[in-house]
Amino acid sequence: MRTLYDFHGGIHPPENKLPSTTSPIATLPLAPLLHVSMAQHTGNPARPCVAPGDRVERGTLIGRPDGTLSAAVHAPASGTVVSVGPVVQAHPSGLCELTVTLETDGQDRRAAPTPLTDWASRSEDEVRAFLASMGVVGQGGGVFPSHLKLNARALETLVVNGAECEPYITCDDRLMRERAGRIVEGALIAGTLTGAREIVVGIEDNKPEALAAMQAAARGTRMEVVAIPTKYPSGGAKQLIRILTGKKIPHGVRSTAMGVQCFNVGTLYSLAQAVLEGEPVVSRIVTLTGSVARPLNADVPLGTPVDWLMQAVGRSADSDGVLMGGPMMGSRLPALEAGIVKATNCLIATSPALFPPPPLSMPCIRCGDCANACPAELQPMDLYWFARARQFDKARAWQLFDCIECGACNSVCPSAIPLVDYYRFAKSEIWAEEREKQAADRARARHEQRLARIEHEKALKAERLAQKSAAAKAVAEAVATSTTDPGKPPASVPVDSAKKAAIEAAMARAAARKAEAAQTQSGVSPEASANPLPPATPVTAMDPAKKAAIEAAMARAAARKAEAAQTQSGVSAEASANPAPPVTAMDPAKKAAIEAAMARAAARRAATEQKESR
Amino acid sequence: MPFVPHATRTVRVSRVMFKVLLALVPAFGVYCWLWGAGVLVQLLLAVFTALLAEAAMLRLRGRPLAPSLGDGSALLTAALLALAMPPLGVWWLIVLATLFAIVPGKQLYGGLGHNPFNPAMVGFAAMIVSFPSQMGQWGSPLSPLSTAEQIRWIFLRTPPAGSFDALSSATPLDALKTGLLGGGEVSRLVASPLYGHFGGAGSEWLGLAVLAGGLWLWRQRIISLRAPLGLLCGLLALALPLWLVMPERFASPGFHVLTGATLLGAFFIVTDPVTGPTTPRGQWLFGFLVGALTYLIRVFGGYPDGLAFAVLIFNIAVPLIDTLTRPPAFGQAKGARR
Ligand code: SF4
Ligand code: SF4
Repeated sequence: MRTLYDFHGGIHPPENKLPSTTSPIATLPLAPLLHVSMAQHTGNPARPCVAPGDRVERGTLIGRPDGTLSAAVHAPASGTVVSVGPVVQAHPSGLCELTVTLETDGQDRRAAPTPLTDWASRSEDEVRAFLASMGVVGQGGGVFPSHLKLNARALETLVVNGAECEPYITCDDRLMRERAGRIVEGALIAGTLTGAREIVVGIEDNKPEALAAMQAAARGTRMEVVAIPTKYPSGGAKQLIRILTGKKIPHGVRSTAMGVQCFNVGTLYSLAQAVLEGEPVVSRIVTLTGSVARPLNADVPLGTPVDWLMQAVGRSADSDGVLMGGPMMGSRLPALEAGIVKATNCLIATSPALFPPPPLSMPCIRCGDCANACPAELQPMDLYWFARARQFDKARAWQLFDCIECGACNSVCPSAIPLVDYYRFAKSEIWAEEREKQAADRARARHEQRLARIEHEKALKAERLAQKSAAAKAVAEAVATSTTDPGKPPASVPVDSAKKAAIEAAMARAAARKAEAAQTQSGVSPEASANPLPPATPVTAMDPAKKAAIEAAMARAAARKAEAAQTQSGVSAEASANPAPPVTAMDPAKKAAIEAAMARAAARRAATEQKESR
Repeated sequence: MPFVPHATRTVRVSRVMFKVLLALVPAFGVYCWLWGAGVLVQLLLAVFTALLAEAAMLRLRGRPLAPSLGDGSALLTAALLALAMPPLGVWWLIVLATLFAIVPGKQLYGGLGHNPFNPAMVGFAAMIVSFPSQMGQWGSPLSPLSTAEQIRWIFLRTPPAGSFDALSSATPLDALKTGLLGGGEVSRLVASPLYGHFGGAGSEWLGLAVLAGGLWLWRQRIISLRAPLGLLCGLLALALPLWLVMPERFASPGFHVLTGATLLGAFFIVTDPVTGPTTPRGQWLFGFLVGALTYLIRVFGGYPDGLAFAVLIFNIAVPLIDTLTRPPAFGQAKGARR
């Protein structure tokens, strides 16, 4: 028997898992339109490689990974691309991201599968590139590209997360009951790639059927299936690693540095499907539950609109909204027409009966219940005081960023204080501050560069002037000597094209700058700073890595575009005579306009949401 | 409006407060049995004053009345004061004490959760400083006075014939202190009918009733035993060695535990979450410091009992104690701070 360790805190909320576990994983009618987001994973959004009008099959690549921190996106069903552009996301912010919208044809044509059955004889880099190209990302909620998590060597323990601790969610439970074999195969592949000494699956003991199925599937392999005590949030990666290995991964340390890596069962299932069947990630198991007539789990094509799914399971008339994720960490979706993404593990139709409005919050009485419940071993009441008083430095010193936003503190607070909202507010304020600082630094750098450039240009001009006057003198002398030839200006054409390129580059830069500025502004959430209490909405709660990545990607894109413009106009003078732009490269001004519009929309939404929440 | 999480616990502040009130019932029972119904009169006076003062202050501060009046915290302050003040004290004494507790002690700081000092102790300390002689008249236990006589005495100060002693005997701690200052020896002094087996006559039973209520609260997970045990340790750490060395100069540790406000303070005052530390080590430390200072004031200071002052003094230090004793976060090395 394996020694299990306990973690501090944790709670036992009502589980509400039963309704959705009684029936097997269902297939629902295919939606006529699928909104397949290019930003379904942590990191850079994929770059769409289809255009409106293109025919696609299930599994056709529609978005290429943009860099290493990215993953591919595939068509979830056969049909026709109707548009490629920003569409509202299944995200609490209601932000728009680049999305490929498909009109399905219901014919279920499949692209030829491309398995990598000889993965064992391939190099690790090849396998990882393959996984990126198949769009395999973490399905536990983090949606971190899996190929990056597999770059560990000589792991001590590969932890497989089948805990599924959050109330209502049962997608992993059903997956383990019905498809345990594939999960085990995926775990063995991941174990081999990472050189793991042992592979351990942790499953909460409130899922006896899943435990039995996994134990049966793992028999005869080196994988160990362990029942762990039911306690929220045992499915948090750090908590599960603690339970199974006794190791506590501190904030800011990679678990691989301590010889552990953690994968969700759904992720390993999709990994095995990709490697062994050549099936890219085009669907996932989603729990559809709450105030609905037929709670169930379904294998849902990515991009299926939330309202379509809700209609399919009979969302009740009194339902007042939909949560994505569980009741502890999930959040209300502002737009139900959005398509589901790889992170969508559960959709809960809320109703006033199921989720009554929170009671009026009372003052904090410092009872310490929150600290007793906090799995990150923080002092939530102190963080609350600091956030409230806008003492963000203090909040930071008290390890605000160790908070995993599990909501355990919230749910035990006798004063019913929305603690997590305060933490998100404080975090977003700190990020905003940092972004502002970075923007200021960038602006300063730009200013200095500009000064240097002006200096340089002045010097050049002076030089040119000197040359010109010398030339003029020479010409005059020449004229003086022979009056036959009036020197023609041969340099005029090249100067022209160079100038044009420079102007275009400058325009692109300006556009990028503008878009960036708009972006920063919308991120700062002016309403939050105007109104210190209570923290508005999680509009601003985007994780900093993602935000930074987005910004970096945008900057890179702008640079690329500027470069392209430059080479184009610079290289071929005749090309400028024929201004038909290439189909794929969007012209920078348009791009900038779209980006600015997106930023404006986001800001508008933030403002209206703020108004509503007042 | 999004809110997270979407499943909230049903336990409310008021539930906590009413459980604490319930835990005080045995103490009130024993009190009535030993001293007569006077304490209930005090309780009624305190409750009325507390609710009126709270309502008036909330009105002045423009806050809604219902949630704050209903949270039970004012009732708790009133009940603690009724137990702490002399049972036969003149009526305005407890009224003033309660006013002090609620108005400057709590509401002027911004109400429940914002007060750095324990309100009941603020009221009590204000009275002991302002009216030491009134506060010293305790009435002897197993008093022969009838309820009617007690009420007349409390409101009108008309003494029933020939029982002045029953109305104004000093507290055991007070008497012991005066006796010791007069050169008496502990063993002779505690032979007086004022004292029982361990502590003051009757007050030891009261102490046990308070203890029972406190332990029940612990079983109910409303309080932890860290601060109470810390307080007893702090008291014993001084009382025990001194008593062992000079038993005739210093009363026994048992006497100190079972007399005066020790147990009430341990289970109902230093466990007040609002004005006490929240970290586990901080709670031990806070209890210990209060216990030790209580003993020092009792034995060497100018007041017969020192709990109220000790609590108030260390209430100020709570933020510091919390900061110094903050436990490391998940995975963080002990003692490391970023
Ligand atoms: S649980 Fe609520 S009332 Fe208690 S200390 Fe934490 S924040 Fe304050
Ligand atoms: S939300 Fe943060 S502070 Fe609250 S219990 Fe979870 S980790 Fe701790």
